[in-house]
Amino acid sequence: MAAVEPGKLTPELAAIQVEIEGYARGYGLDFFPTIFELIDADQLNEIAARGGFPTRYPHWRFGMEYEQLSKGYHYGLQKIYEMVINNNPCYAYLMRSNGLIDQKMVMAHVYGHCDFFKNNQWFAHTNRKMMDDVANHGTRIRRIMDVVGVEDVENYIDACLSLEDLIDVHSPFIKRRKVADRFDFSAERQPPGSRSQRFDAKSYMQPFINPVDKLRAQQDRLKEEDESRPFPENPERDVLLFLLEHAPLKTWQADILAIIRDEAYYFAPQAQTKIMNEGWASYWHSTIMINQGLTAADVVNYCDHHSGTMASAPTQLNPYKVGIELFRNIEDRWNRGAFGREYDDCDDHDRRKNWNTHAGLGREKIFEVRRIHNDLTFIDEFLTLDFVREHKLFRFGYNPTSEAYEIESREFPRVKQQLLESLTNRGRPIIAVVDGNYKNRGELFLQHQYSGVELQLEQARDTLENLHRLWNRPVHIATVLEDEEAVISFDGSEHQLQSADPADDSEDAA
Amino acid sequence: MVLDIERDQRRFKQIVRGRIRENLRKYITHGEMIGRRGKDAVSIPLPQLDIPRFRFGKNGSGGVGQGDGEVGDPVGKPGDDPAGSGGAGSEPGSGHLIEVEVNLDELAEMLGDELELPHVEPKGTASISAEKAKYNSVRQTGPESLRHFKRTYLNALRRQISTGNYLPDDPRVVPIKSDKQYRSWNDVPRPEVNAVVIYLMDVSGSMTDDQKQIVRTEAFWIDAWLGKQYKGIEKRYIIHDAVAKEVDEHTFYHTRESGGTRISSAYKVCAQLIDSTFPVSDWNIYCFQFSDGDNWGDDNRQAFELLNEKLLPAANLFCYGQVESPYGSGDFIEALRKQFGENDKLALSEIADKEGIYDSIKLFLGKGK
Repeated sequence: MAAVEPGKLTPELAAIQVEIEGYARGYGLDFFPTIFELIDADQLNEIAARGGFPTRYPHWRFGMEYEQLSKGYHYGLQKIYEMVINNNPCYAYLMRSNGLIDQKMVMAHVYGHCDFFKNNQWFAHTNRKMMDDVANHGTRIRRIMDVVGVEDVENYIDACLSLEDLIDVHSPFIKRRKVADRFDFSAERQPPGSRSQRFDAKSYMQPFINPVDKLRAQQDRLKEEDESRPFPENPERDVLLFLLEHAPLKTWQADILAIIRDEAYYFAPQAQTKIMNEGWASYWHSTIMINQGLTAADVVNYCDHHSGTMASAPTQLNPYKVGIELFRNIEDRWNRGAFGREYDDCDDHDRRKNWNTHAGLGREKIFEVRRIHNDLTFIDEFLTLDFVREHKLFRFGYNPTSEAYEIESREFPRVKQQLLESLTNRGRPIIAVVDGNYKNRGELFLQHQYSGVELQLEQARDTLENLHRLWNRPVHIATVLEDEEAVISFDGSEHQLQSADPADDSEDAA
Repeated sequence: MVLDIERDQRRFKQIVRGRIRENLRKYITHGEMIGRRGKDAVSIPLPQLDIPRFRFGKNGSGGVGQGDGEVGDPVGKPGDDPAGSGGAGSEPGSGHLIEVEVNLDELAEMLGDELELPHVEPKGTASISAEKAKYNSVRQTGPESLRHFKRTYLNALRRQISTGNYLPDDPRVVPIKSDKQYRSWNDVPRPEVNAVVIYLMDVSGSMTDDQKQIVRTEAFWIDAWLGKQYKGIEKRYIIHDAVAKEVDEHTFYHTRESGGTRISSAYKVCAQLIDSTFPVSDWNIYCFQFSDGDNWGDDNRQAFELLNEKLLPAANLFCYGQVESPYGSGDFIEALRKQFGENDKLALSEIADKEGIYDSIKLFLGKGK
């Protein structure tokens, strides 16, 4: 057979890659070396099912994803155009059956993503050798499976995945607590109570300078302080880390939990920047294609696919569409100088519309935006009243009487509020460990920071069951249900739901 | 590049099978949940296998959308799954359903495991084989209508390249006689159908749609099980009120007459059918009769006679299921019991409601005939 490496680009495509890469660099995009692989739809679906990685740990969930993707593809309902991995070098996949113009567009799009991965600050702490690491994770878990057994390991992975959202996305950037030196054993060597202050004194002066009864009193006080100190000292958002450090895990269990946590941190920025990332990539594929990539013969095909990507359904905000339009909007505003105090204070619609100081700062600004922001701050800063009107954004909600989703409002503050809420903490509830020794019985107490939307009770219960499997002692989560504070608990055999009552606690503690 | 998605896929399927097995009783009694997919497969709705997480619930099911419309305009139904914050809240149990495709044989196997059904012992070893033509080979000669286009042109291309007649700039490929390839067939012996299931049903006025649904569900499982035991089965349907006739499957389930009930008429048609089409020596014969048990008093004697002389000797198994109807149940089952007592070939079952289907199937197929 032909000696073509699987996945290698055809000479024609390789030439296109060089061309597109040149255009991208010309615009100032800055990316890791990018490797394109040309693969069949089936392979693409397999890789997509594994979150973009060709090799990962074995898990049924990937099989399920694959079933859905491949059915969707074979029934002609969906098709993956582009897939790119945040890695150095960047890997991107092209589907063999796509037309040439599609491949060109996808390449341009991919360079947008690569630039974003490399330069956006939220990705600054992601692992750039993740491709290798994920493969290694696979090997590690496979080895554990060989020893412990597939079923046990898979059930355990299910339990870990159930908690994988409970990480602190800001922790790579902030030092929340002192880093303990792994090789500093002084804390352990110090006998209990020796923290009390003892002044240097000659031996005959000892009873006067360091009176025994005072020392003892001080020791007792310190001991009491130690015991009453909360554990953890501050609420811990990184629940997975807390479990790693304090849950009674076997070595293999800790190993797997660490893997799940690593991967969760790796994927988190992608969830945080969905709108920006796709918007940025779409902005560049359209810029490159329209200005350089297209020949007259390609225009119709290109437009067809571009508009397909940008299509939005009434109940689904298309991140590609919102992202690209916001970037264009920002570029336009900064080109016209339509920003700053004077512009914001101006309430003459016509003047605002035709505002132009020929500032010409648009390009510069969007490059800055792509470096600094994530979706939440991006929307907060740049979603304006004019934009919401122009793009007909609305807020919808469920109407129980008509059993349908209905448009609730077109008012700017409400639309923006809803959008921001859905982006906060990647659209997931904010949960932290507040007590790892609840009731002084080694029970785990989590706190859901309630912000107006309740937890789904069934799911919360199932999740607690999984948490219990790791913690091995009763677990609780405090939240709000039906406008009342409530604690959902699971003690290993049965679920409990009670409205939070502090009197109950003190009684138990006594 | 290592690609081992098959392993994950297999594992996923295993888990799905496990779930079906767990809920098999529900599926057995609620046959309407099962959809037909072609000849050998069915689709079963299964709650989405999902990993539970702390998620936003119902009062967060809203979001931001884009497009025209006034405030108050509907934008979608809950099933449409809007991707707002947290997505649509789902009631317990009503989560997203996935349709799983299951092979009918596999389903029958699960049924067998669940109900602890013995494998059927076919009567005798007689099995007729027939030759069937299968187009699975290629030869040099044949009619043009069977020409194998791809192979022919491939041969021509090969010949032209090897003789130097192929010009890449003017890629013209012209097959000559020796290039031509034709599809051809082989005779494959195929074991012929050797079991027949005859369904008899009372369609008199007292049988309502609910009863028919029960019959239908039960028949589905009987088909599935026997279909697995025999390479292929024939199915025949007889309906009766005061008179009986053989019908197709659709008519069987959708006919409703208002006349009286004469069970012997159905037995007569059944006996004739066996005599004319399914000689006892070659066929394994299964009869399943469903009725609400009302029969014209003086007809019982005639019916028993037919059953005793014709049907029971011919059939591997004769099953009578008495479905309780809103008009009360008759006493045909009692009469049968009195008349035949413990007959090895006769299975009698009373089906009070949907839940009764489970035990009834177990009783019928548990005989291992």
